[in-house]
Amino acid sequence: MATATSPPDTPVRRAGSHRAPRSRPRARRRGALRNWLLFAVLAGPNIALLVVFTYRPLLQSFYLSTLQWNLGSPTAIPVGLANYADFFADPGTPRMLAITVVFTLATVGGGMVLGLALAVVLNRKLRFRGAARTIVVAPYVLSGVAVGLLWLFVFDPNFGVLSAVLRVVGFGSPDWYTDPGWALAMVIIVYLWKNVGYVALIYLAGLQAVPRDLLEAASLDGATPFRTFVSVVLPLLGPTTFFLSITTLLTSLQSFDIIRAMTDGGPLEGTTTMMYSIYLEGFAGGRAGYSSRSPRSCSWCSS
Amino acid sequence: MCERGRRPAVGGYATMIIAVAVMVLPLVWMVLASFKDMDELYRLPIQWLPESLAPANYGTATQTVPFGSFFVNSAIATVLGAGLKMTLGLMTAYALVFVDIPFRRFFFYVVVCALLVPQQIVLIPNYALAAELGWLNTYQGLIVPGLASAFGTFLFRQHFLTLPRSILEAAEIDGAGHWRRLWRFVVPLSGPTIAAVGLVSIVTEWNDYLWPLLVIDRPEMMTLPVGLTLLMNFDGVPNWGVIMAGTVLVTVPVLAVFFLLQRRIVAGLVTGAVTG
Repeated sequence: MATATSPPDTPVRRAGSHRAPRSRPRARRRGALRNWLLFAVLAGPNIALLVVFTYRPLLQSFYLSTLQWNLGSPTAIPVGLANYADFFADPGTPRMLAITVVFTLATVGGGMVLGLALAVVLNRKLRFRGAARTIVVAPYVLSGVAVGLLWLFVFDPNFGVLSAVLRVVGFGSPDWYTDPGWALAMVIIVYLWKNVGYVALIYLAGLQAVPRDLLEAASLDGATPFRTFVSVVLPLLGPTTFFLSITTLLTSLQSFDIIRAMTDGGPLEGTTTMMYSIYLEGFAGGRAGYSSRSPRSCSWCSS
Repeated sequence: MCERGRRPAVGGYATMIIAVAVMVLPLVWMVLASFKDMDELYRLPIQWLPESLAPANYGTATQTVPFGSFFVNSAIATVLGAGLKMTLGLMTAYALVFVDIPFRRFFFYVVVCALLVPQQIVLIPNYALAAELGWLNTYQGLIVPGLASAFGTFLFRQHFLTLPRSILEAAEIDGAGHWRRLWRFVVPLSGPTIAAVGLVSIVTEWNDYLWPLLVIDRPEMMTLPVGLTLLMNFDGVPNWGVIMAGTVLVTVPVLAVFFLLQRRIVAGLVTGAVTG
């Protein structure tokens, strides 16, 4: 609208104004004001909530990161960039970053590969594939805490069902609970179990949108199924892959429930990712200023 | 892989069966374990089936921690949280699509960019604010900070853009105001989208854990996922039977809803991806 440019606080001139009456622009301006009010009523509450609970804390986090301050503490000492210096000087930081990278690559990359493979299978004309799709997606809607607890028992090195299965095959159970590397693997496996169905579901939707005649043309040209998949199907799935890599990356970086229920960042901080350490530092360790930067882990002390 | 005929189907079925087994067996194990007593759980070689189906562990789980209040709190937080969030999303999307103001696009980006802010980063300032307002251990503290609708608004906006303008123009000529146009014309025309987004946000609210864990520390105000971890606070060996009973109580309602409404929920999950 070319004329609807008056800002919301422009006072609408009263009828008794000394100016010559110019009714049409004024009416239009009043219409614009009414639209602004309407917009404020409809979208205002939501946008206000976003400002107060998302954008304000985002900015405040940067400010807090320059303070030496603990949650609930009345005193906060400005320390400039000292928290950041501490973070990079901390000997635990490189390890924590490495753990974050391993966890992220394994959950995002592994999830995409497994999800795509599942989707390809479920896209074939098999009986019961609808039911199979539903079952594969089911863990995605479950509480991460419940999932973590149920798998913790499955992984129990002595009495868990996994150790029983491994014993039958002739292996001993790894120290899922006490070895940092195995604990990280355990958390990654459970994360994949819970989330792979979502990736498969989205890829399946993408696969079903692949035009049939393209596949037929490829097979008439003598392309093997594998070749068709790589040269025709995968490029067509590009947008889906892009969408999934963004969303699964965001989810993976924020993963909390499973880690908290299974390992609490342990053993020996072996499953403390960067985001998890914010929780440990800010709430369990009580160093909010340090934590607002994005901290290293502290040993998990309280319950 | 295999070429054609019957053999590829065999490979396909085998993969499908393995995938389904991997998904289902841990859940079956959870249900079986919830009926075993300590003696059966800590026995070698492993005991597969429980000796009795007496729900003793369920009794213990619901008596050691107030599962009833957890359930009520979860229900309140889910119904209010998801309901208000949907309403806010519908109103915002309507304003973004049908109310003519300059800078509409700017406000759209304000909403959508919020999706990129990780929850952990806003955690500490939000907790401090909630504490200052006296919102710790309250329903408003549980619900309000997560109430804003970003994803829902985005999906509703995408859908509203596809609605035929002529219907709304006809409604306008008939004298229907914006409020009436929203609830009488736009919302009824968006049934499947609303159902899809609604079900996904109900599931998300029900499973929400991080914020409720921080803002609530009194057991009678806890939601199910937070309260569930109370069962872990044992000295010495964990009683997996009781923990699994609690886990069954948390997961089975969601699974039941999921299998009943799976087409709508699946549609909701896919909608987000396809429009995105």
